[in-house]
Amino acid sequence: MAAATSPTSTKLDVEAVRRDFPILQREVYDRPLVYLDNAASTQKPRAVIDAVATFYETTNANIHRGVHRLSQEATDQFEDAREAMRDFLGATKVEEIVFTRGTTEGINLVAMSYGRANVGAGDEILITHMEHHSNIVPWQLLCEQTGAQLVVAPINDDGEIDMDAFASLVSERTKIVSVGHVSNALGTINPIAEIGRLAHEVGAVLVVDGAQGCPHGAVDVQALGADFYACSGHKMYGPTGVGVLYGRHDLLEAMPPYQGGGEMIRTVTFEKSTYAPSPAKFEAGTPNIAGGVGLGAAARYLQSIGLEAIERHEAELLAYGTERLAEVDGLRMVGTARRKAGVMGFVMDCAHPHDIGTILDREAVAVRTGHHCAQPVMDRFGVPATSRASLGIYNTREEIDALVDALQQVREVFGG
Amino acid sequence: MSELRDLYQEVILDHNRHPRNFGELAEANREADGFNPLCGDKIKVHLVVDEDDRIADIRFEGSGCAISTASASVMTETLKGKTVDEARALFHTFHDLVTGKTEGDLGELGKLAVFAGVAEFPVRVKCATLCWHTTNAALEESADAVSTE
Repeated sequence: MAAATSPTSTKLDVEAVRRDFPILQREVYDRPLVYLDNAASTQKPRAVIDAVATFYETTNANIHRGVHRLSQEATDQFEDAREAMRDFLGATKVEEIVFTRGTTEGINLVAMSYGRANVGAGDEILITHMEHHSNIVPWQLLCEQTGAQLVVAPINDDGEIDMDAFASLVSERTKIVSVGHVSNALGTINPIAEIGRLAHEVGAVLVVDGAQGCPHGAVDVQALGADFYACSGHKMYGPTGVGVLYGRHDLLEAMPPYQGGGEMIRTVTFEKSTYAPSPAKFEAGTPNIAGGVGLGAAARYLQSIGLEAIERHEAELLAYGTERLAEVDGLRMVGTARRKAGVMGFVMDCAHPHDIGTILDREAVAVRTGHHCAQPVMDRFGVPATSRASLGIYNTREEIDALVDALQQVREVFGG
Repeated sequence: MSELRDLYQEVILDHNRHPRNFGELAEANREADGFNPLCGDKIKVHLVVDEDDRIADIRFEGSGCAISTASASVMTETLKGKTVDEARALFHTFHDLVTGKTEGDLGELGKLAVFAGVAEFPVRVKCATLCWHTTNAALEESADAVSTE
């Protein structure tokens, strides 16, 4: 594996990291690509691309089924990736790591399996106003099916959870608390451990949407007090279509299956089937094997750089970017929490986010524009949409400068 | 910058800043809502269609990007006084224009021709056509809100 720095080094060597990502060599409209859409999806390092390609070139076979050599090797690699994700998330047992299609499926799995078995009429599910749609809609579906109530904790004008209000909404009726680790639209890093304590005091479980948490710093599900933690491979420099759900072992063991099919059973007769233990119980059908192998490679790649070094690199860039964006006349940041990850959402008085996105694109600066699958957040801040520049391990100060220059072009076109 | 200038022509920027025929229309007898869930653009089109099937008046409300707002503004100017059949024909002509299917003389398009630059920006076609789809739905008297997705 091409390690850009050793895990013990304190500073990330961004030029070395950039060399690990082949796509950063390409140009867009004859200019070097400035990729600032990492919260939507990250680029892939050579280590991940090679892991996937090598799997298909040398090992490809179905897993947990064949006695033949390739099947055994494929199984070993897939299970080794599970171990890599266990280590990455700080879980105690590999049985606590369930492969999914991504964060969305992870949350749906908890809602449909744990939720339907443990939530009933009159119970409450507590989320916050800053959640991504994938941490809202599965709970609404569960509420429709069980008669439970969805309760939404407010956020303040900086985009932070109002913790006094949050604490007052936790009660004996609360059965599930589900909160994003890091807000995809606002960048806010939420006080997960504190939220976990409040949830556990009343016997509720804590579900964490970790889609934006995983890629930006060290995650320790035990220190966080997370009972479930869902994340996506493609947001942490791994492949699309694969992710993992961490679930506390005793909870997973007691939960009914999510989907039925092959792999998840112990015995099947037409009268009755019995189920395999976790994690197989939740992995019906042939999984995304190569994707899982790639995700394991991504986790080890990030560890080889060092999660603390990544966190520091992105924090420095965020501080620089926040300062530079403040220089753009008529620009207002949406999301100004004290604890923030590398997400900069903003609006400009002279131009709609969609127009900003088009002009930035022609300057080879890739950002996301729109509601970021967080329509309630947009409503809360009274904007139809925002533009969002989101940082990753390979971004540089020069790229922030390119963003600011492109925003000046927006002002030029729109005469702001 | 030149393609951007083709897209954001002065006429478009002007109609974005000062949209024409913007607001409610109390006496409207046809209405429809349009929504682009990908970017959050919302539009409501109100029309008065008289007994000769002619668009006697048309206004729009909503919020959206410059392309979407300017397109709605220019559309209302263009459609006022046209028959329903003429409006439908113009919708097809406009759709061809912004998807790059129009060849040759743009003269007959009148002011709509300023949207020719959209063809170079395929992801923005929906911005330019949302108001037209919505008007079409109003003329069809469709009860469902129009969605680009």
